[in-house]
Amino acid sequence: MSTAFKLGDFTKVREERFGDEQRAKEPATFPQFTVKDLNFFYGDFQALHNLDLEVPAEKVTALIGPSGCGKSTFLRILNRMSETVPHTRVTGEVSLGDQDLFSFHPTVLRRRVGMVFQRPNPFPKSIFDNVAYGVRVNGMLPASQMKERVEQSLRRAALWEEVKDKLHVSALSLSGGQQQRLCIARSLAVEPEVLLLDEPCSALDPLATAKIEDLVFELKGLCTIVIVTHNMLQAARVADYVGFFLSGKLIEFEGARKMFMNPGKKQTEDYLTGRFG
Amino acid sequence: MTTAAYPPTSKKIANAVMLSITGICAFLVVAVLLFILGYLVVNGAKSLNWAFFTKLPAPVGEIGGGLANAIVGSGKMLLIAAALGVPVGLLGGVHLAEFSGSAFASIVRYTTDLLNGVPSIVMGIFVYTLVVVPMHHFSTLAGGIALGIMMIPIALRSTEEFLRGVPQALREGAMSLGASKTQTILTVIIPAALPGIITGIMLNLARVAGETAPLLFTAFSNQYWSPGFDQPSASLPVVIFNYAISPYEDWHRQAWAGGFVLLTAVLLINIVARLILSRRTSLPR
Ligand SMILES: Nc1ncnc2c1ncn2[C@@H]1O[C@H](COP(=O)(O)OP(=O)(O)OP(=O)(O)O)[C@@H](O)[C@H]1O
Ligand SMILES: [Mg+2]
Repeated sequence: MSTAFKLGDFTKVREERFGDEQRAKEPATFPQFTVKDLNFFYGDFQALHNLDLEVPAEKVTALIGPSGCGKSTFLRILNRMSETVPHTRVTGEVSLGDQDLFSFHPTVLRRRVGMVFQRPNPFPKSIFDNVAYGVRVNGMLPASQMKERVEQSLRRAALWEEVKDKLHVSALSLSGGQQQRLCIARSLAVEPEVLLLDEPCSALDPLATAKIEDLVFELKGLCTIVIVTHNMLQAARVADYVGFFLSGKLIEFEGARKMFMNPGKKQTEDYLTGRFG
Repeated sequence: MTTAAYPPTSKKIANAVMLSITGICAFLVVAVLLFILGYLVVNGAKSLNWAFFTKLPAPVGEIGGGLANAIVGSGKMLLIAAALGVPVGLLGGVHLAEFSGSAFASIVRYTTDLLNGVPSIVMGIFVYTLVVVPMHHFSTLAGGIALGIMMIPIALRSTEEFLRGVPQALREGAMSLGASKTQTILTVIIPAALPGIITGIMLNLARVAGETAPLLFTAFSNQYWSPGFDQPSASLPVVIFNYAISPYEDWHRQAWAGGFVLLTAVLLINIVARLILSRRTSLPR
């Protein structure tokens, strides 16, 4: 993707990426997550209503919708971080591949389904120790192979060149954008099948945002990505599939091309064109 | 007339009065400390000499000698106090911070606050019953245990506070990488809070170092060295107390010197603790 491409408006981005019908045809894939009749409750408050969807593997799925519609709630169910909030309840079925999501031990599941948060949250440890953390707690590699894994992860997160000479300084000394890429590297180090990104760019400036978007685009072949974003432009740039949430319901789930060029629901169209609430 | 650029005089007077009253009160606090410090320096420092740190107390009537046994005694008791108070306070604090929602945690928190309010002399009597009576004599061990119990409430609560101060985002970061709750606590939360926890514990040690009442019933006192941990032992606060109420001029002199040494030690611990806290790496928001 060129920089000019990035700075364009929504319509232009949409035309460039999806205008050519032939080129835009994506081959079908198998589902990474299968969600059936999913409901979620915070105490008595129902945050998600009867969700049914299949998140395709090795693609980028963007979740969009107005604030408070339940995007983060849904994302946090996928790695069961939702369970860490007291007084919550979930009903329905979710499977990872063909295994029941709730049959996993949460630590095993979270190794396979990584998550990057809205605000960068590096540990107050060295850059090296941040990336090595997940590998260590999961006892995945002997210490002798750690260096290699750390370098590989930092390269994949497009951070290696910037930090290779200061792996042992505190991660807190990095800029916000670098910290966020470090958090991505940290997640990649445990070789997850899925990476969940909850508004990963909302605390970053446009340049740092562009870097993360490039990264998301490139990671596609490596793992399945589910990204929550408020930025339609960002969704149009990186997504292969898009889910539109409204008040805890999934209004529409489509390939990005269909969603952006020709949405099936009036509410989706209103939201995409900014004619909303 | 144009609008006044300055507030009316009444406002200025109110401001000045407020500033003076609060200023005087703040000054009083500092003045008390300075007065104590000054008095101790003047009376204590001049009575200090090498013998004070190396010699045993001189027999009644003789001039000279030192409080070496009391200094070592205090050190040994603080060691025992730390060995008891630090692990219990630390682990209990971790429990309160990490399992804060449970009814058990609320009960512990409430009990701890009550325990903190128990007069120190009562704590002394409690340990007397618990340790001294079964052992049939006073001991360093009993004194250390009394000080250790006095440390627990504050060690617990300060540890809890510093652990709670660790951002939730760090917990979530660790757990989302597949760390178990125990791993998260041990490898992320405690290291992030460690400078604060250590500071809290040092301040707490400094506080109990000056306790006198709980030692009267537990370690009692001793004119001589107290070998091991099961003999009555001298300690700085108790010796200061005994010497200060004695009729001998030379003992008064030594009490001043003892007070000066104790205060200097407490101040040093305080300063080091604050240094540790101010040097801690800042955490992400
Ligand atoms: N811990 C919680 N306890 C109670 N209610 C919650 C909690 N977290 C979220 N909610 C509620 O659940 C609903 C969905 O919240 P969620 O955070 O999933 O929205 P979101 O789509 O991610 O919003 P945003 O775009 O602002 O991040 C909201 O109404 C919110 O108030
Ligand atoms: Mg959210």
